[in-house]
Amino acid sequence: MLGFISRRLTFSIITLLVVVFAVYAIFSLLPFDPAALTCGQHCNPQIIHSNRIRLGYDKSLLAQFWLFIKGIFLGRTYGFGASAFTCPAPSFGFSFNQNECVSTLLAQAFPITINLAIGSLIIWLIMGVGLGILAARYKGKFLDTASSIFVLLGISLPIFVTGLFMLIWVSLKWKIIPIQLQGYVSIFSNPIGYAKYFVLPWITLAFAFAALYTRFTRASILETLGEDYIRTARAKGLSEKIVLRKHTFRAALAPIVTMASLDFAGLIGGAILTESIFNLPGLGRLTLQSIYEFDLNVVVATTIIAAAVVIVMNLIVDLLYAVLDPRVRI
Amino acid sequence: MDNPNQLLKISNLQVAFPTDDGEVRAVDNLNLTLNIGETVAIVGESGSGKTVTSLSVMGLHNMRTTKVSGEILVRDGDETIDVVSAGMEKVRGLRGRAVSMIFQDPMSSLHPYYRIGNQLGEAFLVHNPGKKKEAKARTLEMLELVGIPQPDKRANEYPHQFSGGMRQRVMIAMALMNNPKVLIADEPTTALDVTVQAQILTLLKDLQKEFKMGILIITHDLGVVAQIADRVSVMYAGNLVEQGSADDIFYNPMAPYTVGLLHSVPRITIGKKSRLQSIPGQPPSLISLPSGCAFAPRCTYIANAPAGSCDASLPVLTGTDSSHVSRCHIPEANRAALFSVGKAK
Repeated sequence: MLGFISRRLTFSIITLLVVVFAVYAIFSLLPFDPAALTCGQHCNPQIIHSNRIRLGYDKSLLAQFWLFIKGIFLGRTYGFGASAFTCPAPSFGFSFNQNECVSTLLAQAFPITINLAIGSLIIWLIMGVGLGILAARYKGKFLDTASSIFVLLGISLPIFVTGLFMLIWVSLKWKIIPIQLQGYVSIFSNPIGYAKYFVLPWITLAFAFAALYTRFTRASILETLGEDYIRTARAKGLSEKIVLRKHTFRAALAPIVTMASLDFAGLIGGAILTESIFNLPGLGRLTLQSIYEFDLNVVVATTIIAAAVVIVMNLIVDLLYAVLDPRVRI
Repeated sequence: MDNPNQLLKISNLQVAFPTDDGEVRAVDNLNLTLNIGETVAIVGESGSGKTVTSLSVMGLHNMRTTKVSGEILVRDGDETIDVVSAGMEKVRGLRGRAVSMIFQDPMSSLHPYYRIGNQLGEAFLVHNPGKKKEAKARTLEMLELVGIPQPDKRANEYPHQFSGGMRQRVMIAMALMNNPKVLIADEPTTALDVTVQAQILTLLKDLQKEFKMGILIITHDLGVVAQIADRVSVMYAGNLVEQGSADDIFYNPMAPYTVGLLHSVPRITIGKKSRLQSIPGQPPSLISLPSGCAFAPRCTYIANAPAGSCDASLPVLTGTDSSHVSRCHIPEANRAALFSVGKAK
C-alpha cells in the first residue's frame, strides 16, 4: 500500500515535470518575444533588453525551466539592487500584464473555482444519480421517459445556451433565482451572499453533468440487475428492496465514483465557459485571459494546477476503488 | 398433493414470452414430479426449456415479460403452495427455505463485493430475522459440511479468493442454509473441470442423503445424468419428448431425440476409426415451430413413421407403463429394434 502510493507519487512528479516542460517548450516556439511584451507604451530596445535580463529570458530554455522549478520551492527574486523584487515560495513567476506574482493571482482565483466545482458536483450527483436510479427502477414507465428528455436536453444544450438562459430569463426577467453581482464572499462570512453568488453557475454546470450521470447510472443499474449474483440474491428469498439497495447499488455505483472524481478534477482546471458567462474570476478565466495576453508564467501555473489535480484525483480514485471493490487490492 | 412423499409437482406448465415477432413458447405442457430423496434430471439442448422450467419453479422469471400458466405445487411443511398462482411475497418466502437453487457459473453467481460469510449468513437471516449468532454458527457448520477447510478463516474471504470448485461448494452451502427440501441445480458442473465435477456430484449425493432432499438437476451432460439421476425427463423445443427412469432412458430409449443424444456421447469403447455421431441440423426457433413434431426435420428415423404423420401433428406422450412415456409417431412395437443403441454396443 505505502509502496504503491510512493511509486505513484514519484511517477506523478515526473509527469508534472514533463507537463511543465512541454508548456515551456510550446511557448518558446511561439513567434513573439516575451521580453517585448513586458514593457508597455514607452518602449525602447534598452528597456526590452534590461527586462530580458531581469526576467531571465536571456537564458537558455533549460536554464529558465530550472529557475522556474527552483522558484516553486525557494521563491524567486527578479532584478538586482534597488529595483529587485521577490515572489515568495511557492513562486510561479511574475505576471507582467497584471503586475502581480502569479501565486497571488492563483490565490485569488482558486477559491472561486473550487467553490464552483464542489457546489455543482454535489448538485449533479444528487440529481444525476437520483434520477438515474428512478429511471432504472421505473424502466419504460413515465418517469423513465421524462428523465430521458432531461438527459437529451442536458447533453445537447451547450453551457453557453443554458447559462445565458439562466442568466437572462430565469434570473433577470422572471426573477426566479436571485443573482448577486457584487462579487465573491466567503461562505463563513456571508452564507446568503455566497449562495446567491454561486447558485446560477452551479445549476448551469450541474445540469450538463447531471444529464450524463443520469444516463450512466440508469445503464449501470440495469446492467448490474442482469448479473448472475443478483439472481442469486433473489434466489435466497431477499426482498426486492434489499436486492436493490445492498446488492445492486454498491456494484452499480462504484464506476460512478471514478467518473465523478475525474470530472471534478477536470473542473478544477477551470470551467472556462461557465466562469466566462457568469463573470466569475476563477482559474478558467484566468487561464483564458493569460493565453490571449501571452502571459507565459500564468499559463504554466494554471496548467500545473490542472495537471496536479488530475494526477492526485487519479491516485485517490485508485485508493477509493480498492475500498469499494475487494477484487482490487493494492 | 396427495402423495406425502411428493415434494414438487409440476402440472401442465406453460411458459411463454410475448415478443414483437410472436410468442416464444419456451415450455409447453410440462408434467413432472419430484419425491423425497429422489434425483430427477431434465436433459436437453440449449433452448429446450430446461432453465426456464427451473426458474419458474423459483418464481425467478421476469414477471412482466413472461406468461406462466399451469400449476407448480411445492410442499412447504404441511402446506402446499402453488408458485404460479401464489403472490410474489409468498413465493419469496419459499425461496432459499423450501426450494433452493444453485447455478451454472459459480464464478459470477457470488457477489464480488461481499465476504463469503456475509453472503451465507444473509441467506439464513432472510428467513430467520435477527438471529445473528445462529447465522454465524450455521455458516461455519455449512462450510465445513461442503468440505471447505478452515471455515472460520475462509468465511472472511471474498469470492475471488476461491477456486471454481470451492465457489460451487460455497453456493451449495448457501443453498442449504435453511434445510430446503427441494434443491434445483441448473447445470451445476458445466463450468467446472471433470475431476471437480465428480467431486461436486458426489457432494450433492451425500448431502441429499443427509438432508433428505429431492434434487432437480438441469443438464445437457448425459455423463452427469448417469452419475446422479434416478429419473430423467428429456426436453426438446419446450416439449417433453421422453420421461422415464435413468435405466429406461439409457438402455431402452423410446424417442428418436433421446437416441440421438445417446449417440452423441463420446464413448471410450468406440473404435478409433468410427466418428462421433451428432444430431444433424439445428434446434428450431421457438417462434416458428414446425406444425407437427418439432424434431421431425432432424429425425433420422422419419421414414419409419407412417407417411406424413410427423408433419401433421405433434405425437402425444404414450407408454406401456406410465413411468416411461415418450413422444413418437413410430409404432411403439417397432421402436425397440430400431433404437437399440445402449444394449448392443
